[in-house]
Amino acid sequence: MASAPSKLYTGSSFFLSDKNNTHVFHSYSMFDFVIADDVSLLVVLMDTNPFFWSTFSLQFSDFLSHVLTFLNSILLLNQLNQVVVIATGRNSCGYIYDSSTTSDHGLETGTMPALSSNLLLKLEEFVDKDEQLGKVDSEGAIASSLLSGSLSMALCYIQRVFRSGPLHPQPRILCLHGSPDGPEQYVAIMNAIFSAQRSMVPIDSCYVGSNNSAFLQQASYITGGVYYKPPQLDGIFQYFSTIFATDLHSRTFLRLPKSVGVDFRASCFCHKQTIDMGYICSVCLSIFCEHHKKCSTCGSVFGQAQADVLSAANRKRKTLDT
Amino acid sequence: MSTGQVIKRAKYKTSVKDPGTPGVLKMTENKIVFRPNDPSSGTKLDMEFRFIEKHKITKEGSNKPPWLNLTNSQGQSYIFEFESFPDLHVCREFVGNALAKSEDAPKVVSDEQLSTADLQRRIKLLQEDSELQKLHKQFVIGGVLTESEFWATRKKLLDIDVSRKSKQLVGFNNSMILDTKPTSDGRTNKVTFNLTPEIKYQIFALKPAVRQAFLKFVPSKMTEKDFWTKYFRAEYLHSTKNAVAAAAEAAEDEELAVFLKDDEILESEARRKIRRVDPTLDMEADQGDDYTHLPDHGIFRDGSKEISEPQHELYRRTLSQDLNRQGAVVLEGRTVDVELEDPRTVAEALARTRNESIGNTEQGRLDRISQMTQIEDLQTPQDHPFAPLCIKDPRDYFDSQQANAVKTLNDSQAKFDRCRLSPEEAYGSLRKSIYKIKTVGLSDPIVSPEVALMVLNGLTQNISSTKSLGKNSQESVLDRLPFATKEELLHHWVSSQELLRHFWSSYPITTPYLYNKVSKLKDAMSLLYSKLEEIKAARSDLRHQVSLIVHPMQQAIEAALSHYDTDMRKRAARGAEKPNGYV
Repeated sequence: MASAPSKLYTGSSFFLSDKNNTHVFHSYSMFDFVIADDVSLLVVLMDTNPFFWSTFSLQFSDFLSHVLTFLNSILLLNQLNQVVVIATGRNSCGYIYDSSTTSDHGLETGTMPALSSNLLLKLEEFVDKDEQLGKVDSEGAIASSLLSGSLSMALCYIQRVFRSGPLHPQPRILCLHGSPDGPEQYVAIMNAIFSAQRSMVPIDSCYVGSNNSAFLQQASYITGGVYYKPPQLDGIFQYFSTIFATDLHSRTFLRLPKSVGVDFRASCFCHKQTIDMGYICSVCLSIFCEHHKKCSTCGSVFGQAQADVLSAANRKRKTLDT
Repeated sequence: MSTGQVIKRAKYKTSVKDPGTPGVLKMTENKIVFRPNDPSSGTKLDMEFRFIEKHKITKEGSNKPPWLNLTNSQGQSYIFEFESFPDLHVCREFVGNALAKSEDAPKVVSDEQLSTADLQRRIKLLQEDSELQKLHKQFVIGGVLTESEFWATRKKLLDIDVSRKSKQLVGFNNSMILDTKPTSDGRTNKVTFNLTPEIKYQIFALKPAVRQAFLKFVPSKMTEKDFWTKYFRAEYLHSTKNAVAAAAEAAEDEELAVFLKDDEILESEARRKIRRVDPTLDMEADQGDDYTHLPDHGIFRDGSKEISEPQHELYRRTLSQDLNRQGAVVLEGRTVDVELEDPRTVAEALARTRNESIGNTEQGRLDRISQMTQIEDLQTPQDHPFAPLCIKDPRDYFDSQQANAVKTLNDSQAKFDRCRLSPEEAYGSLRKSIYKIKTVGLSDPIVSPEVALMVLNGLTQNISSTKSLGKNSQESVLDRLPFATKEELLHHWVSSQELLRHFWSSYPITTPYLYNKVSKLKDAMSLLYSKLEEIKAARSDLRHQVSLIVHPMQQAIEAALSHYDTDMRKRAARGAEKPNGYV
């Protein structure tokens, strides 16, 4: 049983390459006999956008300290809990920690538990790689992080866990994000959100940036997760442990913060701008900020005769759900 | 009364059994003073009339001595024994007048001519409504409004209170009086009906024929008792369902027949009602649907089935008829407001109300027919004067919205771009952070207890405030604010409403009084305005939510203030021409 799914996934490029897949599945096999509904698989997407952190009031080192403590406490909550950390960089994303594959031996230093030193080592490697990738097109100057990429990676990981057998930990995704939304990622992020919704994976979001993130608000809203923007950044660990540490089973009994309003604005497909009002292709529902003769997504040709005759005000406009 | 005082010799008793202390009773307009003959005696009395609630006297001719018994509001009584009944009568009259006067007296308080009842009602309202009390304290005691001004806008409140006090109307008894069951003593063949005025009234209301017969026969032809005996005999015949016997009895006794036959008055009333039905409705057609006269149709009542016997149709009454009549009378309610004791007055009053309702129905019926049968196509079109609705190009609105959205988007991006570093620097600082945590280790304690407490408090507030969010999104903004701020805002809201209502109702300014009032109101409003500003500044973390609520209030106040300013300017311009007085 444990080996069956591995055939499907052997050679998957997005898993940590230095780890043996059979080892991964071996560790899952123990869930076959002992697994409770409060065992969680927590996939943490950590924003490592250097531009954001270098300008943000909270030091990245402090933030890391809170996050590491939180990860430790998640693992302590239940012996079977599993934590995966994915770094969301500016140019790339990568797994930097997986509690099921990392053997926490030998790396323990005087100041750090093994988990943290492992993670930090990986993080450093990741940051180096991310910087090198950035140099290829350095003038792009994208302020946002690749949230869509890390979301997709998290979902892929969770899919693999789903297929590992009938008994698997309850997965959920936690986005620790700070950089502003990249409207150009709108389609990819929305697709990721909908696939998370389909596979019943809640996306929790802890947004530390200055404004609210419309993407994350929508992600949490659609998937039934919690979106929270902590006002007290020096106590962020408290928020983590109070809100985001709760497993899915306990959430049915707890009252967690509800988001008051969700920014449902969409980005247009043509200029990747966030818009309040736009045109929607009647065939494939693509969103455009201005009138096109032909849908760039599905190629449908929009009726022209009416538009020429009538005034601009009578052109078909459709309000997006806001 | 005219002399203003009465002095009589009397004995004062504190109780009925008390032998009494002889002395002199002196009554002035608002006081009763009793001085005993023996100055050393302790039984003196000096009290005001307003404490006296009622007075009683013994009857002349009874074997009791002439006593005057005064009772105060606590139920304590003061008994005076006079030497003769004439003395007693003089005193009683005086006491009566004095008491009547002391009741009226408090009505003349203050310049506003307030009755005590009014005053009490106001006090009660203030006590019941803490919000109102706060307002009253703020504005009336604060000198912005006068007492009468404050209440002038709340007349309705006072009125409602009064109407609530008014006696509830007693409706018509819903039980079928036809079911009045006789009681029998079991030994003789006699049955006894117990009649109360209420039942009599019900019978009169239900059966106009009985009422008419009562008016016709009672004093002249038979006594009231005979009348009711006959009536119940007729009822009894009905209840036996023996139409044949009823017909036989009716043939013998003319008066009895009145009760047994169908009520003609009812019939004529029914006919009148039918005439009031939509004239285009064919009532004749419905008669075909009536199948109750067919054999084997009927309603069980008292265990027996009503089966029609056409030959005695006249003396037959069906349960449905009874029920309908009862229902109609109950729905009509109590139309007569007279004492029920005398059946004759009740009967007369009922007869009067019935006659009133018969008016000129025929003309109305014709009018309605012509209205109902109008054919729309043949009428001239009914032109309503209208002004075309003018909506500006909706695109303008949408475009402006979009521009705003793009602007905010650009703003956020610009802000971020502003503090952009070179990639090397940025990555460098990130790496430095990682290095730092590697060397320093995790901070200990990770969260200070104070911060943790703040976080937990904040979260609790956040969660509890969004509790009812799903149901009522209207309240959410206010509910998310801390309780104190919420209360303060609500109070300011009510105050601003009060001030604005008074402000706008004072325009146009026609008297110096209004002028003063408006300037006072203006000052109060500008004070309120600055208070609102303070709240906005104080709650910087919730500034957005607070300003959402405060903004409309401030707008309303601003509008009032600017109106005041323009009005003052106009006034000043005109003032040169008319130096005296206000226009």
